[in-house]
Amino acid sequence: MLLRHTPKEIKQRKALTINPAKTCQPIGAMYAALGIHSCLPHSHGSQGCCAYHRSTLTRHYKEPVMAATSSFTEGASVFGGQANLVQAIDNIFTIYEPEVIAVHTTCLSETIGDDIPQIARKAEAEGKIPRGKYVIHVNTPSYVGTHVTGFSGMTKAMVDYFSKSNGKKLDQFNIIPGYVEPSDMEEIKRIAEVMGVRTVMFPDTSRVLNRPQTGKYDMFPKGGATVQALMSTGDSLATIALGRMASGAAARALDTKCKVPCEILDLPIGFKATDRFVDTLRKTAGINVPDSLSEERGQLMDIVTDMHQYFYGTKVALAGDPDQLISLTEFLVSIDMWPIHIVTGTVSKDFATRIREITKGVPHQVNVSTPGDMFLLHQWIKNDPVDLLIGNTYMKYIARDEDIPLVRFGFPILDRIGHSYFPTLGYRGGMRLLEKILDATLDRKDRDSPEESFELVM
Amino acid sequence: MRKVAIYGKGGIGKSTTTQNTVAGLSEMGRKVMVVGCDPKADSTRLLLGGLSQKTVLDTLRAEGEDVDLEDIRKVGFNGTICVESGGPEPGVGCAGRGIITSINLLEQLGAYAESEKLDYAFYDVLGDVVCGGFAMPIREGKAKEIYIVVSGEMMAMYAANNICKGIVKFAEAGGVRLGGLICNSRKVDNEQEMIEAFAQQLGTHMIHFVPRDNVVQKAEINRKTVIEFDPANSQADEYRTLAKKIEENKMHVVPNPMSTDDLEKLLIKHGLAD
Repeated sequence: MLLRHTPKEIKQRKALTINPAKTCQPIGAMYAALGIHSCLPHSHGSQGCCAYHRSTLTRHYKEPVMAATSSFTEGASVFGGQANLVQAIDNIFTIYEPEVIAVHTTCLSETIGDDIPQIARKAEAEGKIPRGKYVIHVNTPSYVGTHVTGFSGMTKAMVDYFSKSNGKKLDQFNIIPGYVEPSDMEEIKRIAEVMGVRTVMFPDTSRVLNRPQTGKYDMFPKGGATVQALMSTGDSLATIALGRMASGAAARALDTKCKVPCEILDLPIGFKATDRFVDTLRKTAGINVPDSLSEERGQLMDIVTDMHQYFYGTKVALAGDPDQLISLTEFLVSIDMWPIHIVTGTVSKDFATRIREITKGVPHQVNVSTPGDMFLLHQWIKNDPVDLLIGNTYMKYIARDEDIPLVRFGFPILDRIGHSYFPTLGYRGGMRLLEKILDATLDRKDRDSPEESFELVM
Repeated sequence: MRKVAIYGKGGIGKSTTTQNTVAGLSEMGRKVMVVGCDPKADSTRLLLGGLSQKTVLDTLRAEGEDVDLEDIRKVGFNGTICVESGGPEPGVGCAGRGIITSINLLEQLGAYAESEKLDYAFYDVLGDVVCGGFAMPIREGKAKEIYIVVSGEMMAMYAANNICKGIVKFAEAGGVRLGGLICNSRKVDNEQEMIEAFAQQLGTHMIHFVPRDNVVQKAEINRKTVIEFDPANSQADEYRTLAKKIEENKMHVVPNPMSTDDLEKLLIKHGLAD
């Protein structure tokens, strides 16, 4: 009972977060930067920040995550980090030779007010940035926002620094996939390909953070959006951004900067959101939905009809990021599950309204909190128990104490594999989600059924 | 050892007043250390006869953490010990963090140790208390006595009142007290009466009225305190008197800052009364 001190009685808290449902801004910025081909993320701050952010990503993806740091000392905190960053840029381009250095700040460098573009200009003036190589940046003070904000910021930086329009439209569409797994990014590209749409995806971490074991180490794997591809985004026909929080800012920036019109959609999780994504692709590209995709949808539908009795009325508690939770809640409601407790650590303006709208048909009281934490979620569960938890690895403490099955979903997943390789987006991803949900709930049913109702066929 | 911090509006004459007072105390046979807490590192110029000193932070940056006390201390006029904390150039880095770093380093290196046999440590702090770093000298266990340098000009009094608000906060948590206001005259009408009334409102006293005299300016150009430059000058005696008053001061209070309305009323009453 590791969480035995969590009281059932809920009291108003203002200044205290317990077991947050979020993490640092730079983690998101670092993850997004890894979605640029041949890019070394750089953390402008003390080296402990960088170590934490790298290790969190490594634990989630089970891949080496490379990033450099300005390695602030007491002196750098007082005199500013300019000397450190200029030296770092020189070292990185000399030793590791990436195409791009993606700098994000930390609480410390933000508080002392280091001006990254000014420092980068100085490095350039001193000849520390080789021709045709780039230093981009995003400000990521972690006392505001979350990993989602950091991801959004770095993705927007890709537009700010790279996107160009030379007035000649290219036959391609931009897809900003949102803060999702490399496998999900792959799945989105596959769907677009099946539909015959040419896309540029950024960031794209597939084949960067889910690369095969080849026996050979590549500091810069072959995946990721290339600088050339990023520059071409300004001439694309349109942008489809998935996830308002993670991708909206970049899509709008591209519209403003290069007049590329954008559609900002929910993450394609489950029937409706995937339908909207596919339909948007169909309309913007002016094509038909191929049979193979309709068949995938049909297979997903078949699972729901076959197993509906196990979904119906199953109470679920969810924690995660707003973009994921909105689509996931919609999916669960669409198959008659009851998501009744929902928290996110990321402040999102219309999150609660969206969730209320989606769950208005659920015949049960629904609790939503933005920002909320897992302590609150646990208290809600104590007052109104659920049959299933869906969330990241930190939920396992609640799962153990309350003896409730947990489906791991979201960021970070530190204790299981699969998320890097098998998507939860698209119709196929939906099938995987349902498989996981059924595995968890039916295993529990098998465990708890008395002998006379222990079923062979379910 | 008495630890004293000098605050006041920027340009009011904190450094000049501090160094002249310290010169006075040294004449009385007191052993005094001055710690300049200003990135400009000009708080000990008059005692040292120039800006020749290597600052604590410059030394830290150059030598790493392996710093000796002798690298950062210099002996100035009449045996006074001078330290400049230093800091970043304007517009970059964090000067507040610099003060925290350098005061911590001085403590670690034993600059305040019993064996140093100091009678006084003076902190000369820049301008307003804009962030936590500039309040470092008055945190728990550091300076117990604060003197605010003020003049009869409205903005100087605003600043002094504001600093008092800061002192209240630290006084509640620790032992810091206001020792009094030092009026560095700007020849404003009714200046002495106004500052005395102001001090009374704050619950303290005007410890001394330092008249305006051009000899201060002359001494500064010659990189000297008035006491060193022209010991017989009446202005030198003013600083000696201030030193003596501080030595004998028993009035240490938690100030009672004024509301802006009350402060303006006081200004109208004393300053604009024709």
